[in-house]
Parts: sequence; C-alpha cells; structure tokens
Amino acid sequence: MSLLKVEDVHKRYGKEEVLKGVSFELERGETKVIIGPSGTGKSTLLRCINQLSPPEKGRVWLDGVEITHAHAKINDLRAQIGFVFQSFNLFSHLTALRNVRIGPIKVKGMSKEEATKLAMEELARVGLEDKADAYPAQLSGGQQQRVSIARAYAMRPKLILFDEPTSALDPELIGEVLEAMINLAKGGMTMLVVTHEMGFARAVADEIIFMEHGVIAEQGNPQQMFSAPKHKRTGEFLNKITELYGETD
Amino acid sequence: MLLRGTLINIELLLALLIVGLLVGTVIALLQVYGGRFFGTLASGYAWIFRSIPALVLLFLFYFGPSQFGVNVAPFLAATIALGLRSSAYQSQIFRGALQAIPNGQMMAARSLGMSRLQAIVSIIIPQAFRLSIAGWSNEYSSVVKDTTLAYVVGLNEVLRHARIIIDRHYDLAMLAYLAVALIFLVLTYAGNWSLGRLEARIRIPGLQIGGEL
Repeated sequence: MSLLKVEDVHKRYGKEEVLKGVSFELERGETKVIIGPSGTGKSTLLRCINQLSPPEKGRVWLDGVEITHAHAKINDLRAQIGFVFQSFNLFSHLTALRNVRIGPIKVKGMSKEEATKLAMEELARVGLEDKADAYPAQLSGGQQQRVSIARAYAMRPKLILFDEPTSALDPELIGEVLEAMINLAKGGMTMLVVTHEMGFARAVADEIIFMEHGVIAEQGNPQQMFSAPKHKRTGEFLNKITELYGETD
Repeated sequence: MLLRGTLINIELLLALLIVGLLVGTVIALLQVYGGRFFGTLASGYAWIFRSIPALVLLFLFYFGPSQFGVNVAPFLAATIALGLRSSAYQSQIFRGALQAIPNGQMMAARSLGMSRLQAIVSIIIPQAFRLSIAGWSNEYSSVVKDTTLAYVVGLNEVLRHARIIIDRHYDLAMLAYLAVALIFLVLTYAGNWSLGRLEARIRIPGLQIGGEL
C-alpha cells in the first residue's frame, strides 16, 4: 500500500478550475518532485492533500486512511503531514526553538522538557542550534526556511510537503535549504516537493511529475524526463527552467 | 478630598478597562472568526455601543432599571454602561489587529495539526495583542476621561467632589477645576507611559509590522 494516494482531485477557485483530475501515488521513503509552469495548480494540489484547501472532488489517502472523508480526524491527520511554505510562515512572536517545539507540545502533548530537547536536536540537524533564541525576523530567509523544515520534521510526520521552498530566497541562500532537504530525503523521509530546482530533482527525486493546465502531463524518473521526455512541452519546460535556474548539484 | 474622589475614578477606570478588554476581545474574535451569524451579531453590538452617546447609555443603565423597581448602584451602572461602550471601541482595535496577522500564520498552525481554536489562542492572539497596544493607549486616554461622566448618576468621583468644594467656596471654582484637570493630565500620562513600556517590553525583536497600526 502506498503512503499517499491521490485520486482524481478537482479544485476550483471561483470560475476557474485549477485542478482537473489529478491522480498519483507516493511510496514510503520516496521523494517526488512536481514541476510545471506557474498557475498550473501545483501549490493548490499540495493544499488539497493536507486539506488546507479541500478539493471539491476526488479522494486522498494517507497510509490507508482517507483524509478527504467527511469524518476524518483532520487535525490528527495534518499532524502526520509536514508542510513547508514558500514564505516560511514561522510564528513571528516565537523564537526558533519555540517555533520548533510548539507543535510537539500543543498537538502531541509532549512535555516542555522533552520538546525542548527534541527542538534543539532538530535545530542542530539543520545547523542552527546557535540560533535557538533568535526570532524569525532576526534570521535570514535561508535560516528561516531551515527552522521551518525543523518545525515540520519535529512532528515526525509520515510525509512532508514542500511548496516552492526556495522560491522566496536569495540565490546564495538556496543551497543551505536544499542541503537540509537532501539530508531529509536521504534519511528516508517521504517527500513531495514543488520546486524549480532541477539540481535537487536530479539528486534525490525518484520521480518527476510535470503538471500543466491542472493535470499531470507527464511523469517519470529524472533521467528519462531530462533525456527523453515523451511530450514536447515537458522538454521545452525543462530546458527553460534549467536555463533560468541552472543546475545546482 | 479631591484625591479620595480620584481613587473612585481610578477604580472605575480599572473596572471599565477590564470589562472593555474582556468583552471587547470576545466581540473582536466573533467578528473575525465567528462566521456569518455571530459576526453580524458582534458587528451589530459594536455599532450600537459606538453610536449611542455615553451620557445616554449612563442614563439608560442607571434610571432604566429603577423604573422596574431594580435599583442599580451608580458605580455598577457606570461600569456596565461605559464598560460596554469601551468594549465596542476596544473590539474594533483588536479586530484590526487580528486581521493584520498574515493568513500564513493560521495556515502554518493548522498544518502542524493544531485546531482552529488552538491556533487562535497560541498563535494569533499573542501577536494581535502586541499590535493592539498602540490603539489601546488611545482608548485608555478616552476611557480615563469618561470616568467623570459618572458624575451625572451621582457617583462620588473627583468632579463631584470638586462641585461640593465649589458649592461651599465659590471663589475656589477655578482652582478646583484646574486641580481636576491636573489630575487627569497625570492619569493620562501615567497610563500612556505604562502602555508604552509594555509595548517596548513585549516587542518582537526585529519585527517591523508593529508600527503599522
């Protein structure tokens, strides 16, 4: 049984249908990268998966439990799905340490001591143990995003969704965030990543999903997608973003 | 004698601020998160208590019940009338602050598995509270002065004491009123200074949005 199963997900905002029936699966320990032009519903798809923005039609299962079910325990399920935002969204009134430990304390009922210890370990994992007492506004974008990765991972989720995690970053800060993500992927974390970073995709992706106009246009392993895409559009898009973003591996 | 009256003003002021803060917070939360029904109800409440003149409210809550044989003490009537009025104003300060918190904060909290209520209590309110202090400082200045209105329902506050002095020694009128004015200068300054200190103390290091309200 796959860890995540997405079946025929539809989502519209007003008149515009953003997702027009998306289906795919993600196995435990896999990393899949979603690419595609902007406005294709990539971010919407991630939000449909953890129900931050529930789909109108279609179903999503996490580890065999249907998230989209009317009686699903949505808070429990969300706690098992990490989410890393493009704009970080760290809690601005809390220090880095408190950002990381608040989930385990409030949601999992962990003791403060235990959660503090865990949060310190997670900050160390992303190389920020010396920033534990800094507030988000005192950190660089790259540091904030690493804290938010630590915050997501501290919940020990079954899956982490990344919504263009490096798009809001200055180029020189992207590497440190990708490194943290690569470490997670290599450590066996199941990840679904919307990104334009082809270096990352080549390094850790088990599969690349190319989305366009609200549907999956093509999916396959990175080698095949880069060297012999089935669709002309996939090749064009890959060439364009490789040109724009370069290959960082 | 004036100082004894001032104590009553301060007591009333504290009562008003507490009633205003508690009720105002609830009203603001309902307006922002209460859905259509409770939101409309809360907006209606804020509209009513911001529209009726303070004096009319005082008379309503003091003389109104006595018509039905219920005697309300002046202090209680003033606390209810002016407290609810302040709550309406405070609710608008707090509502603005709640709405100024970026939506991403709520989304991040929910994505960790927090319930909506948990997110509001642990993430949104602490941030909105900080943003509200500048507005509260303003509201404090106005509430502190409103306390003298309780004079009209017979509360023995500072202005009434001044009147009593003046009734006995008419030549002291100017002096007595100046003394009352001075007392309010001090009260307003002290309150705003304390709130300014509080604001500086709990300011989030490095964060810029605090200055926007």
